[in-house]
Amino acid sequence: MKHLIDIKDLSVEEIDKMIEVAKDIIANKEKYSHKCDGKLLATLFFEPSTRTRLSFEAAMLRLGGEVLGFSEASSSSVSKGETVADTIRTVGCYADIIAMRHPKEGAPLVASEKSTVPIINAGDGGHNHPTQTLTDLLTIKCEKGRLNDLTIGLCGDLKFGRTVHSLISAMSRYKNIKFVLISPKELVIPEYIKKEVLDKNNIEYIETNDIEEHMSELDILYMTRVQKERFFNEEDYIRLKDYYILNKEKLEKAKKDLCVMHPLPRVNEISTDVDDDPRACYFKQAQYGMFIRMSLIMKMLGVE
Amino acid sequence: MNIDSIKNGYVIDHIQAGKAMKIYELLNLNELDCQVAIITNAKSKKTGRKDIIKIDRDIEIDLDKLGFIDPNVTVNIVKDDCIVEKRKLSLPEKIVNVAKCQNPRCITSVEKSLDQVFYLTDRENQVYRCKYCEMSLKTK
Repeated sequence: MKHLIDIKDLSVEEIDKMIEVAKDIIANKEKYSHKCDGKLLATLFFEPSTRTRLSFEAAMLRLGGEVLGFSEASSSSVSKGETVADTIRTVGCYADIIAMRHPKEGAPLVASEKSTVPIINAGDGGHNHPTQTLTDLLTIKCEKGRLNDLTIGLCGDLKFGRTVHSLISAMSRYKNIKFVLISPKELVIPEYIKKEVLDKNNIEYIETNDIEEHMSELDILYMTRVQKERFFNEEDYIRLKDYYILNKEKLEKAKKDLCVMHPLPRVNEISTDVDDDPRACYFKQAQYGMFIRMSLIMKMLGVE
Repeated sequence: MNIDSIKNGYVIDHIQAGKAMKIYELLNLNELDCQVAIITNAKSKKTGRKDIIKIDRDIEIDLDKLGFIDPNVTVNIVKDDCIVEKRKLSLPEKIVNVAKCQNPRCITSVEKSLDQVFYLTDRENQVYRCKYCEMSLKTK
């Protein structure tokens, strides 16, 4: 049985095929509206994430399937001390597929080792969030028309930002990719990502703390939020949270076909005056997220 | 200093000086009721100083644990007063319940029944990563 715990669980060919199906779903929504009739998705959210949960639920409902689940640990048996393995074994008796979010890193892997139905990791702490990466790849493919030959700026929290780590890992498998890594010195990309992903794959990259320095070279600018929940020290969070604010003025030097992305929710890091700029893709990105999750659910349920 | 030779058992040789007690504890040698000799700071031509452990019984030794603590040790197997085999160790690909993940966000920090599993991801720098959260455990 196939699970999706880490984006590396999928080959480039599998990802490309999933993107093609997602593009077909976008073009022919009606064709897919009964693909999962009679199937049940359980969304087990041990920590709240309304956006991701709704995206999964919308994806399943649009495929004709149904959903059940919980949106925070306090409303589940976890509050009574149940282990992840026991919860999963039980829910596997009711549902055909499980999307699971958990604050502890590695919890979905534990679940996959005990589950009788496919598990999709919908985010585990600061570790993995593979469906966000699939969302990002579909967005890039649809907006730029390619996944090769791109200069990608990643800006903000590159230390704890799991979406950034996964995106680097996924894009490193495509040809002629260059990264511009923009962050304050406290939030630079971890050494092991540089060594085990970028250097290992001979990927060119530049590190800077200036968002404007390489703006004119970028095909993609991926902004991230500095997440309060990743900090143990509130003072550090307050000092760094508004380090970068992208606004219209900073975009003046950017390419006309730049694609500005953000995994959302956005706080202050993208000024609202950018929202109407045709280069702002972050709300479209959320919609692409639902389509790629439809494609993923079909793949994991073995629905053609 | 004279220490009796052993009849059947092990001589764990070429232990990095200072690591013998760690090995003694991790292999639970304190639970044995046979003779166990710990020699520290013995002279070594290769490294100047080394530790040695002699165990006067044919027990089962977890070579993965031993290789993780010190991959450079040699395990001499003694039978009927003769060394019958010399085993060179190396870093094991996987270790189970030898080290504990230090990441407070790791699932192993709350679910105590889970094994503590680490995989070797970088042999050159002796880096192990937690199977669950991938946090590194540097052994150098």
